[in-house]
Amino acid sequence: MDYLLMFLYAVAVLMVLLGGVTFAILAERKVIGAMQLRPGPNRHGPWGVFQTIADVLKLLLKEDVIPANADKKIFVLAPVLAFAPAFSVMAVLVYSSTVGGADINIGVIYFLGVSSITMLGVLMGGWSSNNKYALFGSIRGVAQMVSYELPLILSIIGVIIMVGSLNLTDIVNYQANMGMWFIVPQFLGFAVYMISSIAELNRSPFDLPEAESELVAGFFTEYSGFRFAMFMLAEYTYAIAIAGLATTLFLGGWLGPAFLPEIVWFMLKVVAVMFIWFWLTATLPRARVDQLMNFGWKVLIPVALLNIVLTSIYKVWMG
Amino acid sequence: MGLGAYYDNYILVLIFMLLGVALPVVSLTFGRFVRPKNPYAEKITTYESGIQPEGDAQVRYHVAYYIVALEFIIFDVETVFLIPWAVTLDQLGWVGLNLMLIFIAILALGLAYSWKKKVLEWN
Repeated sequence: MDYLLMFLYAVAVLMVLLGGVTFAILAERKVIGAMQLRPGPNRHGPWGVFQTIADVLKLLLKEDVIPANADKKIFVLAPVLAFAPAFSVMAVLVYSSTVGGADINIGVIYFLGVSSITMLGVLMGGWSSNNKYALFGSIRGVAQMVSYELPLILSIIGVIIMVGSLNLTDIVNYQANMGMWFIVPQFLGFAVYMISSIAELNRSPFDLPEAESELVAGFFTEYSGFRFAMFMLAEYTYAIAIAGLATTLFLGGWLGPAFLPEIVWFMLKVVAVMFIWFWLTATLPRARVDQLMNFGWKVLIPVALLNIVLTSIYKVWMG
Repeated sequence: MGLGAYYDNYILVLIFMLLGVALPVVSLTFGRFVRPKNPYAEKITTYESGIQPEGDAQVRYHVAYYIVALEFIIFDVETVFLIPWAVTLDQLGWVGLNLMLIFIAILALGLAYSWKKKVLEWN
């Protein structure tokens, strides 16, 4: 493969991603608005479509305030460390049988390993701010993210057992041969994956790290201007990546009836997963810290382990 | 797939990583030309709901967070063992399955122990 072509592919993914993030933020506000019987953003352009673009331009023109007590080097590094891994994981996602990123054999491990670096950005941002709200937000965030990382990985192992490969293309092809998506035989895994991904993304109802009613803005309280925008961008990039992995692992990737192109099926499934998250955001109140931790350790991890045991017995039984 | 194509895939991964670092760095650097810069003592104090910040925030925090970290390490290592086993379960058959069931049972016992010891409780 030509290196220039690879670079252009990466730039193309970045551009589609930035557009996707722009409209994901708008869609979230519109969907939650509609669920709460209010219009949502509707001033900039028809149906408010330019709202996020206006927000980004505003943030670009805002002063970049760095508190005097902050640990400046780490403070500056944190948004970069939050965004870079969230984007890097997109390298292994496969969007159709012809369009896809790096075809590496350790795709799933790469995805999970690199995506957990985002946690460092949260910790560094909160600690270096030298602000009590930011400190609470970041240690809560890291405790929550490590606790829910385990059920997230354990829920995927069921799929790996069935397929016997960590390559994302193999996983989708296996679902094509099996004639059904993994959401059916791996329903337990899918349920655990969806719940723990919400906690992993710090989304409501598990948005304790940025609980605005008690911690101002959580770990990015002290961030302003474009550095704040980078944290938001990282959050939504990671959300799209996790939704893409859910699509690949449990929803059959690009598979679907032939009247739409494969890549459109992939994107529709990503949108569907994100819509479920928005729906939960609008529906559920925020959990308490102890409820969150108990649920992760006492419900999700045992359920995910049970799923592994059942799947492995089935696999060996069937040969 | 030749060896060249094999490494090319990792070069694509590398390009994604570099681009991921480049976007925030470049946009923040260029943003410097369009954004105002007017820091003064009051503006750059730490935000603490509008009152004078009291003391430092880089302090020792609750021990419960360290315990979560310890528990995490144990179970994270477990998942590291599980992934290669899951990939090769086809060839391992019943023996491999039984060995891993014993392993999972020991870990489940450990989880039950820390549950009983109220390590997982948050107060």
